[in-house]
Amino acid sequence: MSALAHKTAKTDLRVFDVESVRGDFPILSRTVHDKPLTYLDSAASAQKPQSVIDAIRYQYEHEYANVHRGAYFLSETLTSKYEAARETVRQFVNAESDREIVFTKGATEAINLVAATFGRSLSSGDEVVITGLEHHSNIVPWQLLRDQCGIVLKVVPITPEGEVSLSAVESVLSKKTKLVAVAHVSNALGTILPIKEIISAAHAVGAVVLIDGCQGIVHEHVDVQDLDCDFYAFSGHKLYGPNGIGVLYGKEDLLDAMPPYQGGGEMISNVTFERSEWAELPAKFEAGTPPIVPAVGLGAAIDYVAGFDQRAIAAHEDDLLKYATEQLQALNSIRLIGTAQNKTAVASFVLEGAHPHDLATILDRSGVCVRAGHHCAQPLMDSFGVTATVRASFGMYNTREEVDVLINALGRAREILC
Amino acid sequence: MQTAEKDRDILSLYQEIILDHGKSPRNAGTVERHDCRSEGKNPLCGDRVTVTAALDDDGRVADLKFDGKGCAISIASASMMTEAVKGLTAEEAKVMTGAVNTLCREVTSPDAIMEELGDELGPRLKRLSALSGVRQFPARVKCANLPWHTLISCLDGAGNVSTEG
Repeated sequence: MSALAHKTAKTDLRVFDVESVRGDFPILSRTVHDKPLTYLDSAASAQKPQSVIDAIRYQYEHEYANVHRGAYFLSETLTSKYEAARETVRQFVNAESDREIVFTKGATEAINLVAATFGRSLSSGDEVVITGLEHHSNIVPWQLLRDQCGIVLKVVPITPEGEVSLSAVESVLSKKTKLVAVAHVSNALGTILPIKEIISAAHAVGAVVLIDGCQGIVHEHVDVQDLDCDFYAFSGHKLYGPNGIGVLYGKEDLLDAMPPYQGGGEMISNVTFERSEWAELPAKFEAGTPPIVPAVGLGAAIDYVAGFDQRAIAAHEDDLLKYATEQLQALNSIRLIGTAQNKTAVASFVLEGAHPHDLATILDRSGVCVRAGHHCAQPLMDSFGVTATVRASFGMYNTREEVDVLINALGRAREILC
Repeated sequence: MQTAEKDRDILSLYQEIILDHGKSPRNAGTVERHDCRSEGKNPLCGDRVTVTAALDDDGRVADLKFDGKGCAISIASASMMTEAVKGLTAEEAKVMTGAVNTLCREVTSPDAIMEELGDELGPRLKRLSALSGVRQFPARVKCANLPWHTLISCLDGAGNVSTEG
């Protein structure tokens, strides 16, 4: 049974109610500059529910030790929690085996891991395909690889709406394509990419596919077997978990064939001064003391999110996006950047006559946290002819009232600046 | 702090003179026959400014222009800078830059900074005193400073600068 079918069959799912959800996130009750906190920056990092905070605290207060090899109660306890977190991740993304779940310090490290290890199997003239809306973390590792071994980096152009069409991807694919590395969802625009179709098209030319799932996994159920992706990378902190933890899912046969990423403890089975042998998966890719407590915290975050029907969370966020888009469009001189048909709850925009940084500073004084800048996607900003945008991104705990606070604060900002 | 006071912070940051220079920058462009040129950028936010200057026979700034993209604070600071340093030597421009940095960061009153600068530079700084509004906004100090750092590297012939360097 797939994880989705499993979840749908579950009868003990919590009913999604935003007020009750808000009650789970202690930080949301604080004020900023004497105004209620209006946190609209979840695409950068999401806030944490009490259960995640409690899980982290509990580990440090009651069960902390290093994992693996410790022949004593505390180490064995935390080792089993660490491995249980891996199993939680496996179920969440419906991987076939927990050998396919590698813990990293974040999604950036997960992508760099693939570039540094799988990348070694590529040679001069081989092509790596990315799209025009990638985050720097899915651009720069491939540039480093290019400089190292002469691969050719191909970029699929985006449409004026900020979409990536399947045909645009297909026109770049060829027998030379060895890897396609694309975002599931654009962090700067919210565009949802047709990844299932892209994966299938890439496989048709024999290429391997890496999905940067940082934004995607937060907004829709991910089933790596159904997608048939070869790698799927994501971070914990955008999924309501702690920072310092990320996940690389990789198909077992690929991970098996790849050389280790870093050398050190944990990733070996035998070491002499002449040579070393590698540990089994996934330990082969987890050199050194891993982010133990963050992994347990990520497990708690997934338990929290998976306690709801993910479709209910998505429907709530879709409603926020629709409302925010309407309200923003009703303001004069607003230009929405990224108007894809399929979008997550991200509103990126510029306001004529007001620079995003000035807007963000003024919004902050109304307690509104938004991001202003290039969102680590400078090439994407260039393609829209802007250097920066304001980005309001919504999480499961945001409300329509908070959209109103944003709109009012924008009105005030415009009074001051324009 | 009360709400009205918070609003005062914002209004002291975005004073009329800042908004005016931000919207209608003076000396925008490039000095065609320049003696030195430097580009400054803030890699975190993408703001960038290019400063070009022509010097006279005594080594004084005869013409100074800037070209850039950025927020109201950085553009206003650049625009006000082009007016404030014309006629100064590189050494004097450095002193002014230090004074602007103090003006943006420290609690020293603008009057005290002006007094310390003396009769030649003091009145020039007075015209920049609106920049002190960034004191309440630590994240924005680098916006005000970027053009000035770029000016110094331009006059030193050092090439490019970055506020994150």
